[in-house]
Amino acid sequence: MADEATTDAEAPEAVTDERREEVLAALTDALGDAVVDSLIKPGLNLWVRVATEAWSEAADVAAARLGFRFFDFLSAIDWLPSPYGRYEDSAVDTPFPPAMPDRSAVEPGYTGGDTRFQVLGSVAKPGTDLRILLKADVPDDDLRIGTWTRTYAGAAWHERETHEMFGITFEGNADLRHLYLPSEFEGHPLRKEFPLLSRVIKPWPGIVDVEPMPGEDDSADSEAEGADA
Amino acid sequence: MTMLTDAQQLAYANAQAADGRVNVELETDDGMVLNMGPQHPATHGTLRVVAKLDGEQVVAADVICGYMHRGYEKLCEVRSYPQVTTLVNRIDWLGSFANEVPFILAAEQLMEIEVPDRAKWIRTILFEMSRLANISLFIGDLALQLGAQTPAFLAFRDREFVLNQIEAVTGGRFHPNFDRIGGLKDDLPKGWVADTKAAMVRIREFCDLMDDLVLGNEIFQMRMRGVGVIPAHVALSYGLSGANLRGSGVDWDLRRDANIGLAYDQLDWKVWTHPDGDSYARSWVRVQEIREATKIIDQLLDGLPGGAVMAKVPRIIKVPEGEAYVATENPLGEMGYYLVSKGDTGPFRVKIRSASFNNISVVPWVLKGVYVPDIIAILGSLYFILGDIDR
Repeated sequence: MADEATTDAEAPEAVTDERREEVLAALTDALGDAVVDSLIKPGLNLWVRVATEAWSEAADVAAARLGFRFFDFLSAIDWLPSPYGRYEDSAVDTPFPPAMPDRSAVEPGYTGGDTRFQVLGSVAKPGTDLRILLKADVPDDDLRIGTWTRTYAGAAWHERETHEMFGITFEGNADLRHLYLPSEFEGHPLRKEFPLLSRVIKPWPGIVDVEPMPGEDDSADSEAEGADA
Repeated sequence: MTMLTDAQQLAYANAQAADGRVNVELETDDGMVLNMGPQHPATHGTLRVVAKLDGEQVVAADVICGYMHRGYEKLCEVRSYPQVTTLVNRIDWLGSFANEVPFILAAEQLMEIEVPDRAKWIRTILFEMSRLANISLFIGDLALQLGAQTPAFLAFRDREFVLNQIEAVTGGRFHPNFDRIGGLKDDLPKGWVADTKAAMVRIREFCDLMDDLVLGNEIFQMRMRGVGVIPAHVALSYGLSGANLRGSGVDWDLRRDANIGLAYDQLDWKVWTHPDGDSYARSWVRVQEIREATKIIDQLLDGLPGGAVMAKVPRIIKVPEGEAYVATENPLGEMGYYLVSKGDTGPFRVKIRSASFNNISVVPWVLKGVYVPDIIAILGSLYFILGDIDR
């Protein structure tokens, strides 16, 4: 039974996504070695990691050659685990920042990566459900990468936001003023080491709620049954 | 407790008024700088537009936002998955339910949960109802900004029928917080289907009324036609979405073209576009859109499947490691969540792609060369919700 179940589950996985394969092939054709890694989830999405130097060029190619003229969004991901923990670990709510996790704790997601910060951009083809999620490493010692504003005018604000939130500089974007934050604000709030100040001042109040009430231990089962009915 | 004298109170009020007057500054070097906001009736909240004028014409304009930035992307990182919907409700506060849907869909995609049909259909109904609640106010509000009072009252009156129906299901008029990973919190209440159909008739009447009263109005047309033209290629490169993109003639609707997890595939409806790309086109597309939404809701109500509204999900939700991006066609345009999970009870990183942020980033471009009164018409027709810009 178990074997049958797994083969059933795997059968749709084996389905290839020809439209996204084509997009990937065209992108690889244009960029060559600059396409470092890629991943296709059939019917869902396409991830492509390009080399840092090819970040701007990848956008050019996607827009001009592949027809992905719709600019979706641009942001970044900090892959370092947060030193502050989550709400269950409210014991770490102290005004003093805990020790930073080691650099080796960085674990990249889909399509891999070698650096702590990665930029993430998304472009789409109008009229279809096709979208390319582009990623690129940002070197740890030099947080700089090319701009997308030459290709997509809308990237200007997204790069400003990413600049203030992560401290990544987009070369070629002349206007990297703060967008959301006050101009005198210091620090980069979406980096993992930046404390969430409200959490530092006051421990998470919801922690009391997750303690089970007396006699409520089996409520999980009854709720699941209730959902079936 | 010390009492203030009349003179002191007057001095205080005068000081406040002087603070307010700083809002409009005059610069004499090369033209004049006009500052709108942060508190301005035309900005639906605290958006500031600084326009450099040459006579009556705008030479350059800048948008300053962030007065209401709440840092949801950071907050999501310390919340568990079920808690995130409470936060994201407050992004586009006129169509709250629609904010929850893409996030829940992204989490479901990673958990590989198949939602029961009934939940899918009710989700789609509520999704479209938040579109009605959102856009019906748009048309009234736009008319109000252009100087017409009546449509705003009519919009508030008829929107109430939709809000009542949303409240009857979810218990919340503005922040339903009703969508759950795996389905919905509850089933529909008794008698809801008939009431909703009656409400849809009201909304269609409202659309007809707005066609006559607002879109067909001579003054409205003179203020809107040919004003704030955004060609399709500019709209695409700024990432405009929703009616702003379709008003520029791009035939693209994620409900039809990239339907993930919602019940649009078996319905008979139309995606309206307008080739002009001006303020009038955007408004016109929106009115057609709510009319289509009532048709969608009617069809969904007719074919509502039976069964459960909740799939089997573990009590403590842990989303497997992975990444997902799901975007839906929200009232304001494309809204998506890029969700990164590390197999924890809460997300590792959430990137919120909200429609208004991109929609309003085109403002410096489109305001170049327009006249001062047109600023209001263009901002109104681009239609943004501040919470959707400052997430």
